[in-house]
Amino acid sequence: MVKTLLGRSWIWSWIAAAAAFGLIMLLTQGRGAEELAYAALSFGAFAAIVGLGQMMVITLGPGNVDLSIPATMTLAATLALKGMGSDPGTSLLGLAIAIGVGCGAGLANFALIYLLRLPPIIATLAASLIYQSLAIWSNRGLRIKPPADLADFATGRTIGIPNVALIALVLSVVVWIVLERSVFGRWLLGSGQNLRAARLAGIPTQLVRAVTYTSVAVLAAVAGYLLASFSGGASLNMGQEYLLSSIAVVVIGGTSIAGGNSNVPGIWGASLFLFLVVSMLNSYGLGAGVRMLLTGLIIIGIVIAASTRRGRA
Amino acid sequence: MIRLFARHRILLPAVSLIVLLAATFYMQPRAMSYFGINLLFNLAIPIALATLAQMMIMMVNDIDLSLGAFISLVACITATVLHDQPVLGMAILAALILAYACLGALIHWLELPAIVVTLGMSFVWAGLALTILPSPGGSAPAWLRTVMTVKPPLFPMAVVAAVLIAGLSHVLVIRSGIGTVLRGVGGNAASVGRAGWPLLRLKALAYALAGVFGVLAGMALVGLTTSADANIALRYTLLSIAGVILGGGEFVGGRVSAVGAVIGALTLTLAASFLSFLRLSPDWQIGAQGAILILVLTARLIFTRRDRTQG
Repeated sequence: MVKTLLGRSWIWSWIAAAAAFGLIMLLTQGRGAEELAYAALSFGAFAAIVGLGQMMVITLGPGNVDLSIPATMTLAATLALKGMGSDPGTSLLGLAIAIGVGCGAGLANFALIYLLRLPPIIATLAASLIYQSLAIWSNRGLRIKPPADLADFATGRTIGIPNVALIALVLSVVVWIVLERSVFGRWLLGSGQNLRAARLAGIPTQLVRAVTYTSVAVLAAVAGYLLASFSGGASLNMGQEYLLSSIAVVVIGGTSIAGGNSNVPGIWGASLFLFLVVSMLNSYGLGAGVRMLLTGLIIIGIVIAASTRRGRA
Repeated sequence: MIRLFARHRILLPAVSLIVLLAATFYMQPRAMSYFGINLLFNLAIPIALATLAQMMIMMVNDIDLSLGAFISLVACITATVLHDQPVLGMAILAALILAYACLGALIHWLELPAIVVTLGMSFVWAGLALTILPSPGGSAPAWLRTVMTVKPPLFPMAVVAAVLIAGLSHVLVIRSGIGTVLRGVGGNAASVGRAGWPLLRLKALAYALAGVFGVLAGMALVGLTTSADANIALRYTLLSIAGVILGGGEFVGGRVSAVGAVIGALTLTLAASFLSFLRLSPDWQIGAQGAILILVLTARLIFTRRDRTQG
């Protein structure tokens, strides 16, 4: 039992998250455990949603990565909040706008990759510059408040769990079922393991890529919509930190960067860990610079630990 | 004509730059002067050096997502330690280059994915930068300021420097023996290893070269801006990748061009100025840079595809 559990690549991110949690509790002598867990679930939820998308893209194989996630988040959030105009009862309209933006951005990314044969890194990078401009142009940096009912929902809780975490959890279950139990999931993993073999086996590999790049953009758009509702409005740099953290949670979570293998539970462990490690360093009274430095070293340490473990197995 | 473009990959980036330059002069004839050109390309020198740093990494099939943070850190050190205690500053910068070499060796030795390790390093560099210079400030060493603002006869400093940098790095990467071997590592690491070359040291050397160019980029940047902050060069990560690709380089296979990389960096810099001359709303400036990137790469696709069909 323990052995099979330790064999799972996602377990390490959970152990790391638990260790960070324990270290904070050690310092506060057990006070504020509930608040900390609540905050970790709230903030971890956003990283988890974008991480799920990035994971699907990375599963497609080497060279596949979506750098347009922050710009898509910002654009979706800006347009959704503009569409809702702070009017009550427009939450679903806003969600529809966000999902529409996500579909558009994802299809545009894929069009660049497929039609122009651009490497995904360059295609999504160039596209993200355009999305960023669209977001600036559409709103001129004005901060529109989300409708009160939506803001209440995004910051609220149900049976003690933050609503945003519940949504992220539902999305994770959906992605897990799609990846592990559906034909599409098999196609995606197959394409990631060997694109040529997958194509020869009759898998519609371009369709798989198109759906994957659209999914990541839609997930980013939903994350942006939720984040803007959660934090009281969209801002132009709201997605910035999610470029690095979306890739970091995928790798820490145990998904192979070489593709063809994905890991949903690890995304959650890694998202919680990333938040907890920052709060841990925070509660030990370290400055912003040292905090970042240690975060970086911890990420590299986990990657090294994961690689040597693979080597022995 | 098309064959000519396909055979010489350097032609397309060069022509893109010339077209863009012609369009800029047409829009704003006053830019066609010593002073105007200097202003247009002033910030191109650090970007060109950053692009060359990225090229060294891409030459061995890796990618560096920490370059912008690294250059910011160098800028912070240059504006503080190097200004106050030149010897200590030099030692720290040398240590940073050594750190880059170790990073390359580590990535090769443990077979780590470079994209992730450099991602982690970007936090480390940014954290160090923030520790050294918590709020924007510092000042450039006087000699550096003099070097960056020198006014050579005939051509402005930016142009002279770009040509010099392109020439020297061309000799280093394309002409020299070690440069050829390094590109070979990107082409087929296994066969370079079989031929008896120490892959670990080669990889470390490629990263060390990237470190050298990164340090030069940071110093050049401070020489121009006279002060630094911890986020001064974060956008250089993406700019440098785009510059290498614009210049005809590729992500895998050791196919890079030093002259192309410099031209790519100049094109990216000019694109921003060109758009402001177009009286385009500033909202669209970033987006138009993306559009120009896509446009140039589309042109490249057309030529390479023709090449393939014509054999």
